[in-house]
Amino acid sequence: MKILVPVKRVVDYNVKVRVKTDGTGVETAGVKMSMNPFDEIAVEEAVRLKEKGIATEIVAVSLGVAQCAETIRTALAMGADRGILVETDAELQPLAVAKLLAAIAKTEQPGLIILGKQAIDDDMSATGQMLAALLGWPQGTFASKVAIEGETITVTREVDGGLETVALALPAVVTTDLRLNEPRYASLPNIMKARKKPIVTMSPAELGVDPAPRLTVVSVAEPPKRKAGAKVASVAELVAKLRNEAKVI
Amino acid sequence: MILTQEQAIIRDMARNFANERLKPFAAEWDRAARFPAEAVGEMGQLGLLGMLVPEAYDGAATDHVAYALALEEIAAGDGACSTIMSVHNSVGCMPLLTFGTEQQKQRFLRPLARGEMLCAFCLTEPEAGSDAAAIRARARRAGDNFILTGTKQFVTSGASAKLALVFAITDPGAGKKGISAFIVPTDRPGWRVAKIERKAGQRASDTAQIVFDEIELAPDLLLGREGEGYRIALANLEGGRIGIAAQAIGMARAAFEAATLYAKERKSFGTAIANHQAVAFRLADMATRIEAARQLMLHAASLRDAGLPCIKEASMAKLFASEMAERVCSDAIQIHGGYGYLQDFPVERIWRDVRVCQIYEGTSDIQRLVISRQVLAG
Repeated sequence: MKILVPVKRVVDYNVKVRVKTDGTGVETAGVKMSMNPFDEIAVEEAVRLKEKGIATEIVAVSLGVAQCAETIRTALAMGADRGILVETDAELQPLAVAKLLAAIAKTEQPGLIILGKQAIDDDMSATGQMLAALLGWPQGTFASKVAIEGETITVTREVDGGLETVALALPAVVTTDLRLNEPRYASLPNIMKARKKPIVTMSPAELGVDPAPRLTVVSVAEPPKRKAGAKVASVAELVAKLRNEAKVI
Repeated sequence: MILTQEQAIIRDMARNFANERLKPFAAEWDRAARFPAEAVGEMGQLGLLGMLVPEAYDGAATDHVAYALALEEIAAGDGACSTIMSVHNSVGCMPLLTFGTEQQKQRFLRPLARGEMLCAFCLTEPEAGSDAAAIRARARRAGDNFILTGTKQFVTSGASAKLALVFAITDPGAGKKGISAFIVPTDRPGWRVAKIERKAGQRASDTAQIVFDEIELAPDLLLGREGEGYRIALANLEGGRIGIAAQAIGMARAAFEAATLYAKERKSFGTAIANHQAVAFRLADMATRIEAARQLMLHAASLRDAGLPCIKEASMAKLFASEMAERVCSDAIQIHGGYGYLQDFPVERIWRDVRVCQIYEGTSDIQRLVISRQVLAG
């Protein structure tokens, strides 16, 4: 079975994100970028499925600027077999990403697409769901456990109030939650071997997709600074304040 | 210097590993003077202990730039681990790769590169340091075999290593040409760890005094030719010095990062101390010095990768980085004020750890000697 793993290049999780002075987005110039951590979990899961002999080939896909090749290279170093880069300078919103991935899925015919439940930059949590809808495939989102048997994938989902287990017919789309696994460090020999693995570059036009944004960003602003709290002397005062000032009880 | 994709990925991997697997434990390893066996094992699995070894011998086959970058990251996590890694790669694997027979490479280099065996380097003696030709350890002939006797000082990983490269005199009348190198498995009868030194810093790395009580060695444990030992000992000076520069830079950076974090949090006179220009300018100077040292190191490493002479540049990088690092670590303590002097914060440990970078792998004075000869020759 072939597995397709979309990987997104995002601002590194250690970086303190800053809003651009003109309010059009967040600053990415000169900022350290790396693979979306949820996508790392997706790559790890795919590699584990390959190590178990369930998957035969892992294809890592990234969409965006030329530097996304680095993100693909990281996936190759972790154990993916080859990469596809859809190169564009256009701003990519979830629907465009889902359409591009659907187009790739139609030619690649993977048995499973596994990707992060969301990216840590815009936290949209939409691509996986839209992709499943466009392909007409079942989806198991927020996976904390997956098991494949025959033509069925069983996905344990982290939902409000507990865990839900669903069985999906393959091919399917799975999005990963934090507890699915702990991604490995790519070993140096594998990093060096990744250099020889192929990455194919294509454009949105070649895939027949117009990636133009459908949503307009009105403004991007820092969250308001947290104000200092107030100290109360007694429980009675706290209750009084909650009732009279905050009006929550 | 602009890094290649592989170099950047290697640096990032080493950084993530150091942040998660070394940095949180460094203070405890230091306090207990405990060898970080588990972490070193993981480093081996990641290929960090055979970085410059070709794939054919199970190494990662990276270039020297990537090696320096990875070593900087490991040093930023824990100075002691960086010394273990540096010694193993630079004076463990490299002499075996350059001078070993095919049979020796199969038998010893492969497990070293996989990180399954740690290697020690036994050159220095109680009365022979910078003056390496003054060693007295003796390997005398007994039939085909050699019998090794003597004492070695400041042996990194002396108690943990499974293998050691040992330099001893085979021909007492021949001076430098009478020194030979031997591959010594440390489980041989007669290998005795006489003392584990109590050090100011890098306490997790076991620096030992080793005594050889009549260790019998078959001729297939001779590394290189008889009498070639001195040349072998000095063969990878450039690589070793680039490595120490990387370690000093990594430790300095860790101290700088701790100081920056502290300066943003600690308040005095109603504002974070980072907003006081005296502190901000100190941080600016620290960052500049670290970057200057790093570029010097990367330049030397890239010369080495290109196969160009780099003994002057490697010595400059080692000298500048190690002296810079002591100053930067001291500045980091200063920014912490009294707290910097306490073991509650990492900077006093890093300051202790980094001091030896001016001593091992050629003291600052030796580096100046090498550099001055180079500049005066031109």
